[in-house]
Amino acid sequence: MQIFFHIGRFFLLMRTTFRRPEKWKLFFRLMVTEIDKIGVQSVGIVALLSLFMGAVICLQTAAQIESGWIPLYTVGFTVRQTMILEFAPTIIPVIMAGKVGSNIASEIGTMRITEQIDALDIMGVNSAGYLILPKIVAAVIIFPFLIIGSMFLGVTAGAIIGELANVIPLADYEVGIQYDFNTFQVAYALIKTTVFAFIIVSVSAYHGYHTKGGALEVGHSSTQAVVYSIVLIMVTNLLLTQLLLT
Amino acid sequence: MIQVIDVNKTFGEQHVLKDVTATFETGKVNFIIGRSGSGKSVTTKCIVGLLEVGSGQILYDGRDFTSMNNKERKEIRKEIGMLFQGSALFDSMTVEENVGFPLRMFGGMSEEEMQERINFCLKRVQLEGSNKKFPAEISGGMQKRVGIARAIAMNPKYLFCDEPNSGLDPQTAIVIDNLIQEITYEFKMTTVVVSHDMNSVIEVGDNINFVNKGMIWWTGGKDDILHSSNQELNDFVYASDFMKIVRKNLS
Ligand SMILES: Nc1ncnc2c1ncn2[C@@H]1O[C@H](COP(=O)(O)OP(=O)(O)OP(=O)(O)O)[C@@H](O)[C@H]1O
Ligand SMILES: [Mg+2]
Repeated sequence: MQIFFHIGRFFLLMRTTFRRPEKWKLFFRLMVTEIDKIGVQSVGIVALLSLFMGAVICLQTAAQIESGWIPLYTVGFTVRQTMILEFAPTIIPVIMAGKVGSNIASEIGTMRITEQIDALDIMGVNSAGYLILPKIVAAVIIFPFLIIGSMFLGVTAGAIIGELANVIPLADYEVGIQYDFNTFQVAYALIKTTVFAFIIVSVSAYHGYHTKGGALEVGHSSTQAVVYSIVLIMVTNLLLTQLLLT
Repeated sequence: MIQVIDVNKTFGEQHVLKDVTATFETGKVNFIIGRSGSGKSVTTKCIVGLLEVGSGQILYDGRDFTSMNNKERKEIRKEIGMLFQGSALFDSMTVEENVGFPLRMFGGMSEEEMQERINFCLKRVQLEGSNKKFPAEISGGMQKRVGIARAIAMNPKYLFCDEPNSGLDPQTAIVIDNLIQEITYEFKMTTVVVSHDMNSVIEVGDNINFVNKGMIWWTGGKDDILHSSNQELNDFVYASDFMKIVRKNLS
């Protein structure tokens, strides 16, 4: 029963969130700040993870095809497919759920318990719209860029490590990353990412917005936000993959 | 004038407000006093609509707030200023951004007009020169005053203050009390102050509502409160040794 209560309350919150902003100028200013907070400040961690993952996938794949039966370019192909299909669009958002989600939940949760949200409501400001909408729009805009960057870096890292560790010549790798390339798979990845961006921000904001109590509960909300975001990402990933790729 | 008529509020099994009826008059400092947990904050939150009432009516100068939809309530809310118990300043904004926030959101003023209004409000609470500071960088008493400045920025007709001087030293507390009183008289506001501080009640209470067990137990002015024969009220008023001495001197 609890679950239906949460789903209902979540959609009610989203309905108020997606009302027309009071002041567009203010909305855009907040959105730019959020793009910086959510996107730009995550570039470092996303880049780091993508480089290392690309390199590791390259080495692991290369280690498994020493038999000679399988063509060498498979390494490039595998790195590309893994980065595009799963690592960039799913694993990066999972990491972002930990970073951005907990941040959003504790920020909004703190505003709730210190009555700052009540203060907004009293003034006649749509507090949900004011606090949450800029974050959702910012994430939905910036996530695809992060994810494309991640794909690119992962594949590049694979090429570099392949060359440096002498496991696959660059020429073979190049053949691999061009082999049977399907642009729809990139589109699929971007669609997934956009949905995950929405999930992370809205679910985290929901947990923050409905925090009750004190500092302890803010911590709790922020944990809940991350856990539920990740679970929902996983379930949605399965559904979207079934829907789009098969 | 704000009229509260037969308001009931329950949380699950707990019946917190029982037929609360009270009148808060224009141009006066109206108090809601009572023991901790008696329902003062719940009453205030029901009046401003942060909580929905179970039954009953709330009239803002005759306008029935309880039966309004969100859009109509929004119009009333623009006439309401509120000082929260913990000040509730936006901690990501400076002092002047806090005070200017409602203006920026609804004011339709030019930058200069806004700046002028912000400075006026800050001057009114004796906080000139702290414009660029963040809430974390000023003291609790200053935060309360910024809260008041923000509450009066839009020239409200109705001002609510939840425990305006809790956690303040006696001198600062009196400064805040007097400030609230002056603003109320100056701008003819309907002011509602929630408090359990007998000092402020006696200092500035024009019209006092004593809440006990979720009911309005006693109503009167600051001159009557010391001479009431109401047992529960007397227990509340003369709880401290200091007030017991006052009672001795009175009789
Ligand atoms: N959101 C809520 N959910 C459930 N019960 C609540 C809620 N808010 C208040 N109560 C209950 O209502 C009663 C009255 O609370 P209220 O906050 O009005 O007390 P108060 O008179 O303001 O006390 P204090 O002086 O300590 O602030 C308390 O018993 C409290 O437990
Ligand atoms: Mg209270």
